[in-house]
Amino acid sequence: MLVSLKWLKDYVNINVTAEELAEKLTMAGLEVDEIKTIRPSFSGVVAAKIISVKPHPAADKLFLCDVTDGSQTYKVVCGAQNIKAGDIVPLAKVGATIPGGHTIKSSVLRGEKSDGMLCSEAELSTGDDSSGIWQLPENLTLGASLETSLDLNDTVLDVSITPNRSDCLSIIGIAREVAAIIGEKIKNPVGRIKESIEEVSSQTSVTIIDAGLCPRYTARLITNVNVGSSPAWIKTKLESAGIRSINNVVDVTNFVMLEMGQPLHAFDFRFLEQGKIIVRKSKDDEEFTSLDGKTRKLPADTLLICDGVKPVAIGGIMGGLNSEVKDDTQIVLLESAYFNPVSIRRSARKLAMPTDASFRFERGIDPEGVVRALDRAAQLIADLSGGNIYKNCIDEYPQKVPIVKDIPLRLSRIMQLTGTEIDAKEVIEILQSIGMIVVSAGKDNYLVTPPTFRLDIKREIDLIEEVIRIYGYDRVPVRLPNVAAIEMASNPRMDLEEKIRHILIGTGYSEVVNYSFVTPEFTDYLCLPENDERRRLVRIKNPLVEDQSVMRTTMVFGLLDTMKKNNNNGSLDLKIFEMGCVFINHKTDELPEEKNMLAFLLTGATTDNLWGNKINADFYDLKGCLENIFYDFKLKKCSYRSSISEPFLHPGKSCGIYIGEFLVGYMGQVHPDVLERMDLKNNAYVLEINLDILANQVSSDISYKEISKFPAVTRDVAFLIPAEMETNNMVDIVLRQSEELLENVAIFDIYAGKGIAEGIKSLGLRFSYRSPDRTLTDVEVNSIHDKIVQKTVGLTGAKIRGE
Amino acid sequence: MIDDLQQLEKNALAELKKATNEDQAQAVRTKYLGRKGLLTGLLRNIAQVPDAEKHLFGKRSNEVKDILSAKIDEVLFQQSLRKKSDGLLKGKIDVTLPGRSVKFGRIHPVIQIRREICAIFASFGFSIVEGPEVELDYYNFEALNIPKDHPARDMQDTFYIEENIVLRTHTSPVQVRIMEKVQPPVRILSPGRVYRRDSDVSHTPMFHQIEGLLVDKGVSFADLKGILTAFLKKIFGMDTTLRFRPSFFPFTEPSAEVDIRCVMCKGSGCRVCGQSGWLEILGSGMVDPAVFQNVGYDSEEYTGFAFGLGLERIAMLKYGVSDIRLFFENDIRFLKQF
Repeated sequence: MLVSLKWLKDYVNINVTAEELAEKLTMAGLEVDEIKTIRPSFSGVVAAKIISVKPHPAADKLFLCDVTDGSQTYKVVCGAQNIKAGDIVPLAKVGATIPGGHTIKSSVLRGEKSDGMLCSEAELSTGDDSSGIWQLPENLTLGASLETSLDLNDTVLDVSITPNRSDCLSIIGIAREVAAIIGEKIKNPVGRIKESIEEVSSQTSVTIIDAGLCPRYTARLITNVNVGSSPAWIKTKLESAGIRSINNVVDVTNFVMLEMGQPLHAFDFRFLEQGKIIVRKSKDDEEFTSLDGKTRKLPADTLLICDGVKPVAIGGIMGGLNSEVKDDTQIVLLESAYFNPVSIRRSARKLAMPTDASFRFERGIDPEGVVRALDRAAQLIADLSGGNIYKNCIDEYPQKVPIVKDIPLRLSRIMQLTGTEIDAKEVIEILQSIGMIVVSAGKDNYLVTPPTFRLDIKREIDLIEEVIRIYGYDRVPVRLPNVAAIEMASNPRMDLEEKIRHILIGTGYSEVVNYSFVTPEFTDYLCLPENDERRRLVRIKNPLVEDQSVMRTTMVFGLLDTMKKNNNNGSLDLKIFEMGCVFINHKTDELPEEKNMLAFLLTGATTDNLWGNKINADFYDLKGCLENIFYDFKLKKCSYRSSISEPFLHPGKSCGIYIGEFLVGYMGQVHPDVLERMDLKNNAYVLEINLDILANQVSSDISYKEISKFPAVTRDVAFLIPAEMETNNMVDIVLRQSEELLENVAIFDIYAGKGIAEGIKSLGLRFSYRSPDRTLTDVEVNSIHDKIVQKTVGLTGAKIRGE
Repeated sequence: MIDDLQQLEKNALAELKKATNEDQAQAVRTKYLGRKGLLTGLLRNIAQVPDAEKHLFGKRSNEVKDILSAKIDEVLFQQSLRKKSDGLLKGKIDVTLPGRSVKFGRIHPVIQIRREICAIFASFGFSIVEGPEVELDYYNFEALNIPKDHPARDMQDTFYIEENIVLRTHTSPVQVRIMEKVQPPVRILSPGRVYRRDSDVSHTPMFHQIEGLLVDKGVSFADLKGILTAFLKKIFGMDTTLRFRPSFFPFTEPSAEVDIRCVMCKGSGCRVCGQSGWLEILGSGMVDPAVFQNVGYDSEEYTGFAFGLGLERIAMLKYGVSDIRLFFENDIRFLKQF
């Protein structure tokens, strides 16, 4: 809300600077976003004194003037009749600009040089008088700029009004607050209406059919109106609020709306068929052309202001083109109403027509101020346009707007909620300063009635807020709560995330945060099959852009996208991870399933290429990192199954990740087709696991096992097995024999190539035997070891290398 | 004869001083103390020493022998040390080459801020809680005293999934979900992603918020000021100046906006604070009785306060980031700086 200080001063004395006022308003809950200075639309115009006026030798209507700005004398040619030596007048010097964007130049008028221009009020847009040169007060300092010496600058505060304070959407509303804050009295405009003898009811009538949507409708009729341009004082005020001047009738409705907060509308009465107003809801598929020239199909239940035949305005939102006030309008029907806030808000949103009027109606206007504003505007229109106001106003008020009275207020509750001791006298003074009526109701209890414009005050808590707001938040003490200790809840998954974060950054991964919404095309980029759960998308109805219109169902797309952006920036070596939710839409009208996921991506070199060798990352770098996490979480039963794959992963270089029998995720190299589709040049490895499942599998049990004092005996065997056989199979077969003394089996070598038949690989296993209570003999170890090796060969058909 | 001894000692020590390696030092030992050495030679002539001096001569010659022997040992020891160290220095490395390690990754700056704030409130006894990001209109708005068709809905531009399902616009719905489940006292902190339909230099359609709630007997606005003052001083430094000013949130009353003195200009007015000298940091207030009523708490018995803040804004101010969108572009050159 733009508030001109000059305008504000019409209603309240302000003895502080604009900055101080802004500070006080801000600290009372009316935040001032900006303080702007408005200057008149001219510059370089100074007060000057006329030394002499002589007729122009070559032109009857022109005069040659010598004028001085106190230090220099200028020759100016002027056509006005009302000047004489000794007059103080505005001189626009060479280089000055005047309204309309004209720059004054030195010129020759009919052979006489003119170094400047003497101006009228109208020429400077400071007034309406264009009949002659503006006669300035004699005491002005010569040469002083006009805007300073006449105080023509104005300061405008941009006040941000919270949705609860509809009463502050007007200059008088702000003035009331200012008066309360700085301890001044409010000066309301004096409104005495001059009516003609003829009764308004003889000319027109108002019928409200839907009183729920329009509880009160008032109107006045003004005849003999002469539509023309508004006087400068109204124009200036409208401009300070950012509203363009149209004509004296429309300007008055805007002026009174800004002044009092009551939106008004003026109809050209000659276009109101049957000369009457009917207020009703729209019918199905009704169309209407509003003042902005646009024709819209109206949604059902839109409130319409109609004449005897057709709609003439969308109630509370915008008037109609068919009844607009025009240059030749003579009779004006002026509307001032109270519309249902919810209905106006719905209609304005459905129609996408937020207007100054709807903004005020939907926040609520003073139901008791409707007629006051009507009278004020009617009288101003009559004054400015020479019109006559019919006697009395029409006031249809079928549904009384509820008024809140006698709200109980306890001093003890103020203390309880604010932690501040405020004495009764100050509480009462504060409430009275903002227009409340306070009645005592027993010791330390009061009944408070707010003014009708304070629609936000209904409950005791609303009163307490008012008290503490005006009292000052800065006067409330600062202390720490005196509350009992309580047990803190723990969240295992979030604890897990913190640990993962530490492991991953220690392994060189950096955390990224991608938007949770992605392009719907990601399912195709990732080649997800039709029946894949990750195609069950949660769609945003009103996305900002199509690329951000569905919630992600996997984190992988975001990481690949991040890789692409970074590659484009020349960052080719990346280790990144993200933790966050994916969203699976199971059923419409229900909340989607939200799964907490961890994903990471690896591409480029594994180590920073400083002065050592650069090695490109592969599957095992990714897996090693995951193993570290599992090791830290003491997860023992994890397995990696190549039989599980994802459509977007390389079929030969990927696997499912299991904990026990739970599939928690997958990892692998990104499928070359996906890379190509996403225009990625380098190989990438990705992993995604479900943290909700993981969190349930984590064990925190640690039980110490005695370290054997006796040495281990090791035996190495190289098995020849088919190249496609997975190592884990072999190790499993060995371990499944549950030999007590076999402490560990480690892979020490994998070899294929020269000396080994094609399609065969050599797998070197180191068997380590140990007893907790004695040193094993060679004979003992050999017998166990031979048994295991024989059995393994028997079960797998492997051959022993070198035999 | 005694004089000869003195001269011999002097000569030997002088030669020793010139010895630059082990061999030369050993040569001095052989020359003077060896079986055919000069000192041995002198002693051999003891018979020629007058009897009265014999005792003194014997004593002195032993002294000289001991001194020379010790000095030679000392020189030999020093030389062996130097030799070892010279040997080691042949393998001197370039210590200015960068170290070899897995270079650490970085935690996302916004998450760093989240951890910092959560840790501060954990020290006040707040538990961390979560709720869904795709939320029912009821929890995001209605239960928080923001009815349908209320102008307060304009304060947050909302992404809709269905008529009654939204992307949460704040993490406040979590407080309602928790209060529905547990009886007071409540002390919770809910961090998370939130969504608003907005995009420019200072707004992204997704950002992070932390919402806090404390409900107990006898909690007042003074306590709100106390906790938030303590918190902001921990985050921005003990000398931070702050102010509480009235504002409006539908779910709190009285409501307060909390500003700190601009961290850039210290209050003199700059571009960051829009010349006001103050920075809006968080919104807060006493929980509105209507919210308590929605979750079945007795607002006469219990009072409480809630607050909420945007993490990106804090990160921007703390780290001097001027464009919020950088947090979600995930440029590794940006991330590596935190």
